[in-house]
Amino acid sequence: MSTSGQAQMLIEIQKLQFAAVELNLFLDTHPNDQQALALYNQVHHELKQHVEKYEQIYGPLLNYGYSRAIQNTWNWVENPWPWEIKY
Amino acid sequence: MWIYERKIEFPVRVTAPDPRMAKYIITQYGGPEGELSASLRYLNMRYTMPTNRAKGVLTDIGTEEMGHMEIVATLVYKLLEGVPIEAIKAADLGSHYADHGRALWWENTAGVPWIAAYVSATNDPIADLHENMAAEQKARAVYENLLHLTDDPLVKDTLRWLREREVVHFQRFGETLMYIEDYMQQKKFY
Repeated sequence: MSTSGQAQMLIEIQKLQFAAVELNLFLDTHPNDQQALALYNQVHHELKQHVEKYEQIYGPLLNYGYSRAIQNTWNWVENPWPWEIKY
Repeated sequence: MWIYERKIEFPVRVTAPDPRMAKYIITQYGGPEGELSASLRYLNMRYTMPTNRAKGVLTDIGTEEMGHMEIVATLVYKLLEGVPIEAIKAADLGSHYADHGRALWWENTAGVPWIAAYVSATNDPIADLHENMAAEQKARAVYENLLHLTDDPLVKDTLRWLREREVVHFQRFGETLMYIEDYMQQKKFY
């Protein structure tokens, strides 16, 4: 299985999630910033869509009940693992 | 409770394996100013901070630092990928290899094991936030040192990104310190 399609989708998710992390930290010290709040929810929405598309093809990004297991195998344990992905 | 996301925070790439650089970079895995120190320091301090804002900042930055530790581990992993034993020895990694083989381990660049003395927690919020700000500056400085030690533009990308995160964390802790100072002032009037 080629990792380049997977890597590409992951890069898009990484960009969105990084924006979410940044906004999260900013909101921790600026909890009433309405602009940041609105932007955070926008990012959340887009991130969710990207994650759903990714998971349909490559399996769960989260475990412990947060992502749905797909197909008929527990591919959470399958390769590649995050440090093995070639970007 | 921690959930693991099966995805690294930043797309780590290397141009080619480089065991010598791996030896230098390991210090940000298990050295004094590394990501293990950062994450444990913040995640520990949060329990006894007096304000919710401080608990939030420490939890969230501490969690991101765990993700950074994974980034550093991935850098080391990729820099050592497929490296033959002769190159391991030539890069002065023989001592590490004797005890750990190709496994990562929490040590600085000289092989000194990680120690809890690298992190502080006095329960004085003013002292502790200053400790955190100093820690972020030190981490930034070490990433700059590491940037000087490589010409690999892809490795530099990751080191630069990690360095920028330290600057942002410093900013957030500075803001938290200001709020804590206000909070401590208010308490004096009761």
